Amino acid sequence: MEALLTAAFLTALLAGAVAAGVPLLLAGLGEQMSEKAGVLNIGIEGMMLMGAYLGFLVAFESGNVALGFVAGMAGGMAVALVMAILCVGLGLNQIVIGIGLTLGVEGLTALLHHFQFSTTYPRLPAAWRVPVPGLVELPVVGPALFDRHPLVYLAFLLVPLLAWLYRRTALGLTLRAAGEKPAALDVAGIDVATVRFLAVLFTGAMAGLGGAFMANVAAGIFIPFMTGGAGFIGIVLAMLARGRPAWVLIGAVVFGGALSLTTALQVAGLNVPTDLIQMLPFAAVMAVLVLYGRKARLPAALGLPYVRGAR
Amino acid sequence: MVELLGVTKRFPGVLAVDRVDLALLPGEVHALLGENGAGKSTLVAMLSGLVEPDAGRIRVAGEERRIASPRAALQQGISTVFQHVMLVPTLTVLENLVLGMSWWRRPDRAELEQRLAGIRSAFGIALDLDQTTGELSLGEQQQIEIVRALLRRSRVLILDEATSMLTPQGADELGALMRRLVKSGLAVVFITHKLDEACRFGDRITVLRLGRKVGELAPEGLAAMDQAAAVEEVVGLMFGDRSIAEARPSRLRKAEGPPVLSVRGLTVTGATRLARADDVSFELRPGEILGIAGIDGNGQKQLAEALAGQRTAAAGSIVLDGRDITRAGVAERRRLGLRYLTDDRIGEGAVGGFPVATNAVLKEIGAPPFWSGGPFLLGGIERPGRIAAHARELIDRYDVRTPDEATPIGRLSGGNIQKVLLARELSGDARVVVFNKPTHGLDVQNIMASRNRIAAIADAGLAVLLISTDLEELLDVADRIAVMAAGRLTGIVANDEGARARIGALMIGRAA
Amino acid sequence: MSASLETTLDEGGADTSGPRRALAHLALVTLGPILAALVLSGLVLLALGVDPFAYYGYVAQRGLFSWLGLQQTLTRMAPLLCLAAALIVAFRAGIWNLGIDGQFLLGAVTSAALAPFLITVLPAGAVLLVAAAGAALVGALWSLLPALLRAYQQVNEIITTLMMTFLGVSFANLLVKLVFLDPGTTVPQTRTLPVADRLPTLFGTTISGGLVLGLVAVVVVHLVMTRTAFGLKLRTVGENPLAARHAGLDVPLLTVAVFAISAGFAGLAGGIEILGVHGNLQAGWNPAYGLAVIPLVFLARFNGFAAIVFVFFYSALMIGGESAARRIGVPHYFTLVLVANLLILLALAEYLDHRRRRAG
Repeated sequence: MEALLTAAFLTALLAGAVAAGVPLLLAGLGEQMSEKAGVLNIGIEGMMLMGAYLGFLVAFESGNVALGFVAGMAGGMAVALVMAILCVGLGLNQIVIGIGLTLGVEGLTALLHHFQFSTTYPRLPAAWRVPVPGLVELPVVGPALFDRHPLVYLAFLLVPLLAWLYRRTALGLTLRAAGEKPAALDVAGIDVATVRFLAVLFTGAMAGLGGAFMANVAAGIFIPFMTGGAGFIGIVLAMLARGRPAWVLIGAVVFGGALSLTTALQVAGLNVPTDLIQMLPFAAVMAVLVLYGRKARLPAALGLPYVRGAR
Repeated sequence: MVELLGVTKRFPGVLAVDRVDLALLPGEVHALLGENGAGKSTLVAMLSGLVEPDAGRIRVAGEERRIASPRAALQQGISTVFQHVMLVPTLTVLENLVLGMSWWRRPDRAELEQRLAGIRSAFGIALDLDQTTGELSLGEQQQIEIVRALLRRSRVLILDEATSMLTPQGADELGALMRRLVKSGLAVVFITHKLDEACRFGDRITVLRLGRKVGELAPEGLAAMDQAAAVEEVVGLMFGDRSIAEARPSRLRKAEGPPVLSVRGLTVTGATRLARADDVSFELRPGEILGIAGIDGNGQKQLAEALAGQRTAAAGSIVLDGRDITRAGVAERRRLGLRYLTDDRIGEGAVGGFPVATNAVLKEIGAPPFWSGGPFLLGGIERPGRIAAHARELIDRYDVRTPDEATPIGRLSGGNIQKVLLARELSGDARVVVFNKPTHGLDVQNIMASRNRIAAIADAGLAVLLISTDLEELLDVADRIAVMAAGRLTGIVANDEGARARIGALMIGRAA
Repeated sequence: MSASLETTLDEGGADTSGPRRALAHLALVTLGPILAALVLSGLVLLALGVDPFAYYGYVAQRGLFSWLGLQQTLTRMAPLLCLAAALIVAFRAGIWNLGIDGQFLLGAVTSAALAPFLITVLPAGAVLLVAAAGAALVGALWSLLPALLRAYQQVNEIITTLMMTFLGVSFANLLVKLVFLDPGTTVPQTRTLPVADRLPTLFGTTISGGLVLGLVAVVVVHLVMTRTAFGLKLRTVGENPLAARHAGLDVPLLTVAVFAISAGFAGLAGGIEILGVHGNLQAGWNPAYGLAVIPLVFLARFNGFAAIVFVFFYSALMIGGESAARRIGVPHYFTLVLVANLLILLALAEYLDHRRRRAG
């Protein structure tokens, strides 16, 4: 048991939490914006997976990991574009299209991967790290939090940025109105469809980036279906965060920690069945939903397409 | 100065607006008068950018313009205060006021307060910027929308059925406000279906009927007539045959016997401080019509739902025919004779996609003779033949206009859906019927027919609780009228001479 | 998505279309998306350098036109039909039960654990009965938490059921590896039920008797939903929960009932697959049949008989596709792409159809 409290274990745990948590954070922040605007984006799992695939592909082919991230974002946004056109533009059922897109991307990326890499299974070189001078010297926290890939820092910085955006600018109001009572926003002179469209594209970009991170930084490889529910966890994080980016961060770290517990425990020399560990994050989600599910205040118009002047 | 020239708008199956000309001039209150279905809302929708006309032109300050979106309307200086509040209830007053600003700008509170001070001194409207909008009364929310229009420096302000949310005194205050607004150079368009208000507040009156403009009273002409003459003129334009407007249902019987429904201290919590029921007590006798008057949103719906069993009472008791039903569920109350006709016909009263026949038995699913096999065979096997026959009989008796009983009820007009719902509530052994806003949204014919039917129901020995925001309706039909404000019954008056004045007083006493 | 077929009404309210036109119209709105999905997916194949006609031809040949393949197709239909039954019940009641894959697996584990054990004490027929019932029961239990959360706390069931699926997959693996492990094999799996004791095949073919169970399940669900009071109550809740409340229906109770029934069928599907085909459950096995059945049920407009037809063709596609994965080198992931295209194109077709009606 003492093995659990060694610096090595805690560092591994925290580092793993961050590695697993960053994609969750990005997905959660992205989904949060969609949900604020009133769109329930079930297709986020597909957006992440597309981001992972394209991110890996471009990084591998070009040798430039940064380019891979851009490609990942673009991939996520491409899937989001389809969702935006069909659900926001035409008003098709958000759940049906979300499921369709997720299944489609799962199949497509698995198919493409098979034809391109199934024999070779190439890997990317180890991810770049940028240590933050001074802070990296701290015990446990230092190497876990402050000696990471720059995308990690970027993801963390997004939290206060989005929080400021939501609270201090009219953007926050516009999004909330789009999600609570789109008719009121329309009458006030702002086109609801445009707001929702952009929100969905933002979600796609974030999810794509998160997926690319999973492939290029965390794993260094693309495996079919590798997102394994991360997008759906992102939806849960957004639902529970009650509109605050900070709470998405907390949730992402907690669930990321649960996800990374396997490797950390192995470092500590404990041999707990992998399956049990893999159940942990989802069990944690269910526990949180049981305790706090009622308090998840969702926008009143979530999931409902807006039609101007509907008779 | 906004002009509509020969605008026409068609929707599937109906010609909503037919070649209407309208001129909105600064400095005058232009009343747009017409019954439900006359085309007023469609005209408003065209002016506010929600729909575009199929034919005709719109001119603003002499230039031809397209108003293709609410943004375009605002840019042309046209602001609309709709009948249903268009504010976001979860935002604060300040946030609702600045809604519509480009999203990257930061709301500047100091500047806003300064401009609000100016509006307060010019027009007398004061607002608390940090209140949550949903907590305010509908009348107060309406004022927020008017202030927002002023902040946008609108030239034209459209008020759609603005007095439906107000007490009689509130309506007067609105009239005074409109005067001040037009004096400062705005053009105000006042949409209403109430004749007296149009004549009282309007400088110019345009009368609409079935999508066409049937007449206009210009300021010069109106100034020359007195109120009564103006009303007569307008009634003639609106109805042609004025006897329709004056028909009052005749009542044959008086209420008699012991009370069939006794409500004591009924308290129900609601979402806001106004929309709840607080210590409500009253009695209903067979053959009696008790009206509940009051402004919308003061707990009427909560009271109705508590009586029906859809909402649990926090305190109090309900006794039906001597039996305490406070703990009984919806189905049981219905079986015992308590029926509830909801105001939300398509949203709550019926399933739009189901046939008329199914909706007619929706509250008796599984009951013989429409289902056989009792509780064992999964609630019973459906007998479609019997359900259809039953529906055909009701369609015949209540004169429901529908292709047949298998038509999805959502395709019927509001009035016909109402007939089906009424038929449903009256079938079997009904003892008490609770009506919530039964005639809202209906055209004149249907309104009159509904009132007659309600009177007939009471004459047949049932007890009727008639909840309505239309005071005229209650005065026409009810025996006694209770007033509800902020959840409390502030008083019950008999419907005789002077009832109107006493009711007005009761509304103001605890009015929101 | 609406499952109702709207008739056309002219301005006077009279019905202008006859039943024949309506049927032809329905065929168009159903076959159109299927064709479009085949074409779109064919383009994907083309992009990968595979001849779509060769692929589809091979799939049809193997899945439909060979006797061996046809038997396999009919056998594969068994669990898919149960899953279709599960989805019809849920969707008609307005419940998104996306946890069918988890419920399926746990039902399978239950059957795989019970049957080899019970065979020592009970006759074969009883064993099958108990094992199948157990599978259904466990499947239903696995939906209890999402059911309660939705019924009493209004927590969105899409998320909760999806989470339970992920939980279920891992939990099933855990059970196989730790609790029900067959010590006699090298590969981690449960004890195998001897072929003689499995679900009987039909009339000397290799078609599993599970097919009969599946057909019965779908037909029963269809009849219950369309002909009984219980079914009408569920449909009312699905179409308009406010009206259901207004009509005096106990919505929370009905919600829990729907979850239980739907998840029960999903668990049963898993049980049938073990008892009829595999006889055991290997760790890591997750065929994930469930989500792919969703578009089929929508295509069928929740009509049980139509669902049977679509499930038949989809099974043929699956069998043919699995063979194609070995022979042509196109992995079965392709079926996912096809199914996804179908779902999206169907939604589009409904929308275009709706637009056409309103304009006309």
